[in-house]
Amino acid sequence: MDWLLDADSTAHKLALMVVAVLAFVVVMGVILFAVDKPKRVPTWLVVAGFVGPALLLVTIGLVYPALNTLWLSLKSPDGSSFVGLDNYQQVFTSDNLQLVLRNTVLWVVLVPLISTAFGLIYAYLVDRTRFESLAKALIFLPMAISGVAAGLIWRFVYEYRPDQPGIEQIGLLNQLLVWLGLEPYQFLLHQPWNTFFLIVVMIWINAGFAMTVLSASIKAISDDIVEAARLDGASSFQMFRSVTVPSIRPALVVVLTTVAISTLKVFDIVYVMTGGQFGTSVVASEFYSQSFRQFNQGLGAALAVLLFVLVIPIIVYNVRQMRLAEEVR
Amino acid sequence: MTVLTRARRLALLAGGLGLALAASGCATAEEAGVDEGTGAGTGTDVTGAEIDCSQFDQFGDSLDGTEVEVYTSIVTPEDQPFKDTFEPFTECTGITVNYNGTKQFEAQLPVRVQSGNAPDIAFLPQPGLLEQMVSTGEVAAAPEAVAQNVEEHFSEDWRDYGSVDGTLYAAPLGANVKSFVWYSPSAFEEAGYEVPQTWDELIALTDQIVQDNPDTKPWCAGIGSGEATGWPATDWLEDVVLHELGPEVYDQWIAHEIPFNDPRIVAALDRVGSILRNPDYVNGGFGDVASIATTTFQDAGIPITQGNCWLHRQASFYQANWPEGTEVAEDGDVFAFPFPQIGESAGKTVVGGGEFVAAFADRPEVQALQYYLSTPEWANLKAQATGPGWLSANTGLELDNLTSPIDQLAAEQLQDESVTFRFDASDLMPAAVGAAAEWRELTAWIAAGQDTQTTLDNIEAAWPAS
Amino acid sequence: MSGQTDTSRVVTNPTGEIESRPRKLSRAEKRAIAAKNRLSSPAASVIALLIAALWTVPTLGLLITSFRVESDIQTDGWWNAFARPLFTGYNYVSALETGLGDNFVNTLVITIPAVVIPITLALLAAYAFAWIPFRGRELLFVAVFALQVVPLQVTLIPLLSLYVDLGIDGSFWTVWLSHTMFGLPLAIFLLHNFMKDVPASLVEAARMDGAGHVTVFFKVLLPLLVPAIAAFGVFQFLWVWNDLLIALTFAGGDATPLTSAIADLAGTRNNAWYLLAPGAFLAMAVPLAVFLGLQRFFVRGLLAGSVKG
Repeated sequence: MDWLLDADSTAHKLALMVVAVLAFVVVMGVILFAVDKPKRVPTWLVVAGFVGPALLLVTIGLVYPALNTLWLSLKSPDGSSFVGLDNYQQVFTSDNLQLVLRNTVLWVVLVPLISTAFGLIYAYLVDRTRFESLAKALIFLPMAISGVAAGLIWRFVYEYRPDQPGIEQIGLLNQLLVWLGLEPYQFLLHQPWNTFFLIVVMIWINAGFAMTVLSASIKAISDDIVEAARLDGASSFQMFRSVTVPSIRPALVVVLTTVAISTLKVFDIVYVMTGGQFGTSVVASEFYSQSFRQFNQGLGAALAVLLFVLVIPIIVYNVRQMRLAEEVR
Repeated sequence: MTVLTRARRLALLAGGLGLALAASGCATAEEAGVDEGTGAGTGTDVTGAEIDCSQFDQFGDSLDGTEVEVYTSIVTPEDQPFKDTFEPFTECTGITVNYNGTKQFEAQLPVRVQSGNAPDIAFLPQPGLLEQMVSTGEVAAAPEAVAQNVEEHFSEDWRDYGSVDGTLYAAPLGANVKSFVWYSPSAFEEAGYEVPQTWDELIALTDQIVQDNPDTKPWCAGIGSGEATGWPATDWLEDVVLHELGPEVYDQWIAHEIPFNDPRIVAALDRVGSILRNPDYVNGGFGDVASIATTTFQDAGIPITQGNCWLHRQASFYQANWPEGTEVAEDGDVFAFPFPQIGESAGKTVVGGGEFVAAFADRPEVQALQYYLSTPEWANLKAQATGPGWLSANTGLELDNLTSPIDQLAAEQLQDESVTFRFDASDLMPAAVGAAAEWRELTAWIAAGQDTQTTLDNIEAAWPAS
Repeated sequence: MSGQTDTSRVVTNPTGEIESRPRKLSRAEKRAIAAKNRLSSPAASVIALLIAALWTVPTLGLLITSFRVESDIQTDGWWNAFARPLFTGYNYVSALETGLGDNFVNTLVITIPAVVIPITLALLAAYAFAWIPFRGRELLFVAVFALQVVPLQVTLIPLLSLYVDLGIDGSFWTVWLSHTMFGLPLAIFLLHNFMKDVPASLVEAARMDGAGHVTVFFKVLLPLLVPAIAAFGVFQFLWVWNDLLIALTFAGGDATPLTSAIADLAGTRNNAWYLLAPGAFLAMAVPLAVFLGLQRFFVRGLLAGSVKG
């Protein structure tokens, strides 16, 4: 037992990893073998074999904590007494909230749309070209960078120094402005534009995600459709509009949804770059600040519940898309 | 030394990579700051130091083979001196100390404590967090041996900061002094400026600098610090409140016995504004008043070394931020003078900070380590192991063991009985104020020119009702 | 695989816009078409290059910065490094000297099971949601997908308490479990989408032949989903690789991952923030290699090709 729980040497850790993967394979193998008897096994048991392990894990790992959060949001800062809807009242009466909600909406609308657009166009343009692999790696690069490093990278883009003798610009954008004969600009300071400059960072990161998923979808479009369109003399743009985009429509919905949800949750970009100051905070950064900096668990939980609420429109949209897709099928 | 030679060889190799990037010169070891004797890790080796092992007899004879986890926000390279000072302790007692440092400490500790997974010992960087942790009921009161050490070797003020409701929980560990104004002694000498002793002299000097140097600004400042943006501004306010109104009002302000927007505090913030919001005075090397909000505190003093700025108010720990090769000394490239007194009534005072050793277990081995960390012996070993950049409020700390003149100056102030020490106020106030509203509002005060009264009214409004 | 379906059924076209029926193309014709598509239009090349440049320049800046001397970094912009070059590998040496080897092993040990396990479970679940009709299927799927919005941070205390109660806290198991739990909703959602895109005729034909769901899953769907699995695998790999919260919360000191060690390089008060630059590039090497390595699985036309047999 100790051997399984306490690994400290490299060899031990690696061995433990192998044991874990093997154990997993064995367990799943047994489950699948048990349900692989067509006709004799009832459907519900087959479903349980396929979905059960995943459902069990998300119930423990996500459903239970989410319900717990709902419960905490009705309690006082340290969770000791029941305060009803006070936390929600505090959230909705704070002067800050309007700004925070406005920012959050800006993020959730702009980030998915723009990063998906860039990802799609790029995936299409480099598809089947000689440098495809390298070209895609370049856009993918930001995905591989940790949050801390991303903050640093963009600091060297937005950093402001005054335009006076003896002082050089450190931020690339301000250097460009100075070269053009303009005044350097405080990109992260001036509302509401600073929110857009932060959004750019998130777009920069997520375009790689959109590009990779959409590229896989584009490649899954049947050769024959493409060839047929080509033989009909379709131009590149026509191909894109009337073959590529319609064929990968489900993937587009998935990418938009995924990026929108991860954007809802993102707080580290805001946190690292402005600390939520200068009117840039979003619901997720407020949630983090209340829960982990100000130790106000109740209010933090209420903000997390607000996140759950904000995702409802996205879910509704997806359900409608799924229904549409079912009809086509 | 083999490490260094290997390091140099690696540097050359990696420098070659740089060469490949552009046909260019690559930095010599000196230019890159690789030379021996600079940077961190210049302390003396204390791993083999002899300490009196009999002092641990009081913790029983079952210590050998036990382990203690220390959880802290102090990470590389500052963690190595800590680990080194644990070696003589391990040698004596047979207790293994597992040092676990992460910058996520402050967010992680409450999670671990609330989940029943508390570390044995945590180094808490502020009394506010200690109070928070004590309220969970998981913190063990300091054992008798530790209480005795604290009684003997720390001032009453420090003892109070480690106590909650009169019970001592945590002995102080390291300390720093925040009431310093950094300047360049060589530049001052060249220009014929004197170090100011009073606020009026400081303002007169500032005006003089404005007059003499139309191309630079006298002050540089930066309150940017990622998620904690705004904290350096709170230090400014605390310095003025303490140096002008004195420790009594300062304590009342922390305890919320006077409101945050008391007229005296308004006046104090206006006084801070007479420098930080005066476009003639700031922001040397960085731009206008608003640029203070976006300049990171790490960068904020650097223009002094570039001749773009003259004065920078920041704590003793800022010495680590000067570029490699900058000489920190009273007659060197940079040094600091104590924040000047404002008026007569406040007396000599100093604002500072430090860490506290809280234990979440009362096993003998945990208590033995707590005890060791509160001894003057440990403080001296730690000072030797660290070299420049560490000091403690332990009165048994010998100034000779401090190699940096700024550490010596700071320690002198801490040990001087005529100087009243006060802990950083924002670290003592509720987190909703000291780690949120105050940061946010003071940042708006600088960045958006929000007026002083509104700023303080907003902070007051954030004070949790209780 | 049954493989008996004919081409025209496979391309049951989702758009209704292409009406001409395909005919078999010769190999030469195909090659000619492929060549034609190679960024033939100059405008397309310009746009692609522009996007690539926009996306790469910020990172390039950090790459150059990582080779610059500290005082230079603070005095002027990285583009000056070209005009007045002075490069050093010292930042990399300092970063490496702190000994990231253990952290590298930790990250690796954490990442591999935390990629393999959730993807396998998600594939199975996605298969059921796509191809096994059962009551409440849609509702359950929507519920799972909605769980994506639960912020990680709210799960930390409940989960860690559970692990402490079970006595498995501080072990790698908790990290693998947690990553699996958190990765599942998105994995199921994405893979379900690809799963659904497989022509119904294929699955039905196999079922007709008497194959059970397990057989259909392994023999029919899995081979077709290789590009999707590769694509999602890259992401799950990245998220786990770049995560610091989960490993720190659940596994403690012994399992400190690379991300956290690198974030800590900057020192307690971020004095040495310039060390983050070399750290970032050291940490990035492996994910990038994985991306490039898996790219060959994203090959074109796997689906259509396999169907044609």
